[in-house]
Amino acid sequence: MSYNLNFINLNGFEIAKKIKENLINPSDIYNFFYERIKKLDNKINSFIEIYKEPEEDPNGDSPLKGLPIAIKDNICIKGKKITCASKILSNHIAVYDATVIEKLKRAGLKIIGTTNMDEFAFGSSTENSCYFTTKNPWNIKKVSGGSSGGSAAAVALRLVPFALGSDTGGSIRQPASFCGVVGFKPTYGLVSRYGLIAFASSLDQIGPITTNFVDCAYLLNIIAGKDENDSTSCCLEKFDFTRYLNEDIKGIKIGIPEEYFKEGLNKEVKESLEETIEIFRKKGAIILNIKLPHTEYAVATYYILSSSEASSNLARYDGIKYGFRKEEDSLSKLYTSTRRDGFGLEAKRRIFLGTFSLSSGYYDAYYLRALKVRTLIRRDFENAFEEVDAILTPTSPTPAFDIGEKINDPLSMYLSDIYTIPANLAGLPAVSFPCGFTKDNLPIGAQLIAKEFCDGILIHLGFSYQFNTDYHKKIPEL
Amino acid sequence: MVDKKIVEYIANLSKIEITEEEANFLSIQISKILDYIDKLKELNVQDIKPLRHFYLKNNVFRDDVVKNSNLKKEILENSPKFLDNLFKIPNVL
Repeated sequence: MSYNLNFINLNGFEIAKKIKENLINPSDIYNFFYERIKKLDNKINSFIEIYKEPEEDPNGDSPLKGLPIAIKDNICIKGKKITCASKILSNHIAVYDATVIEKLKRAGLKIIGTTNMDEFAFGSSTENSCYFTTKNPWNIKKVSGGSSGGSAAAVALRLVPFALGSDTGGSIRQPASFCGVVGFKPTYGLVSRYGLIAFASSLDQIGPITTNFVDCAYLLNIIAGKDENDSTSCCLEKFDFTRYLNEDIKGIKIGIPEEYFKEGLNKEVKESLEETIEIFRKKGAIILNIKLPHTEYAVATYYILSSSEASSNLARYDGIKYGFRKEEDSLSKLYTSTRRDGFGLEAKRRIFLGTFSLSSGYYDAYYLRALKVRTLIRRDFENAFEEVDAILTPTSPTPAFDIGEKINDPLSMYLSDIYTIPANLAGLPAVSFPCGFTKDNLPIGAQLIAKEFCDGILIHLGFSYQFNTDYHKKIPEL
Repeated sequence: MVDKKIVEYIANLSKIEITEEEANFLSIQISKILDYIDKLKELNVQDIKPLRHFYLKNNVFRDDVVKNSNLKKEILENSPKFLDNLFKIPNVL
């Protein structure tokens, strides 16, 4: 059979339907995307490893059965090289499947490869990878965002129908926004973190990156659920996110927080969000102004808490049981040399910041204080959700910035996460979806945030938005 | 505010060796970051409880039942140096 390029214009669910109806052979689909990766990925460098022969579970029976999926390089796939884009794990082979991987395999999906990221997820541009920087498929001089830049760029260029990423302070949503795709961070605890190489355990979540909300809902159905291997995973007794694929949003209350629309917001992003608000309003949603008064403290809170947790989580990389080792004559020197040579600069910066915040004499002033401010930030959302069902904001203050622009100014890089961080601190579900383009043809992303375990509302609103718009259907031409 | 000596102290706690040049460079960057983080001092958090967990009201237990995962071989093979079922390391002292 010969297939034309229409695969890249179909969403994953539609392709899977053709497989079910025996109109396409699943191995032809896999080969189509495999060849597309081989042909185009050298222009953006989104993949680290690509698998010619996928593992197959013949009994898999989800509606997405037969489709390939790409996985961020910090999620364990048994028998495969999983490195977190770090030299210190350069030769690490995962000895087990993450729970989400087990679930994907059982559902009949095929893992096609691992995608590039900032080392240990420390970053907002995928420039901190030990391998290479992933370029934005809309403009290769721009970053793809981070830390799940590889996953977002690969989906944007239709090298795969969808991918998994991880999000600690915006690492799914911000690259999704820069690359013009849908990036979903579930409620904390909805998706198991077992097998996700930890950055900050109270903030990390795995989530889908797709071109549309239909695929997003089907993927969430597969990966969500309580897991006895992750004691922070929570139980939604029954869930079916595809129930929310409904266009009618009349009466849903959407809050617009004034703090997210102040100085620092790019003019074109602001205009695009104003158009988005109007689209929701015309479709019958009720738009209300709300306040989230502690927003300005979110970045500071996040960088103390996430760095502190990271310093603890990265203490295990010592060259003994796995990963890179620098041989020395004493154990103590082995540790310090291994970690000196194995970690990149940003990783060291975060570990130092975290170690400092947790150290004696500074713990109360930094770490404990940040934990208390976290309560205040969460309370802002609790108050807001008394009045509204969802909150709409820009995902990022700007569209994608230039490669090299912020890499030497860490604080400037951290400040670009201002709109995504609060949802992680509060444990809330949040999604970024394409809502426009700049005059230079760079994607703009809007973000929706909902109350915990109300992930379905985000699917509902996003699906409704995409029913009447086609920003999500545009494909970059490379 | 975070001078070279403090950076060297933190590097020691973190078990990461750094050069004097790196200590100087990092002390400037980390000081700048901590200056920004001092924003948090503007807030009165006196009677506020720290947010450590979201929804966990009780500890999470499971039955103490052994599940055999049998991954010894794969785990050892990930190690840079091993002998029989032991990780090989240099002298501790």
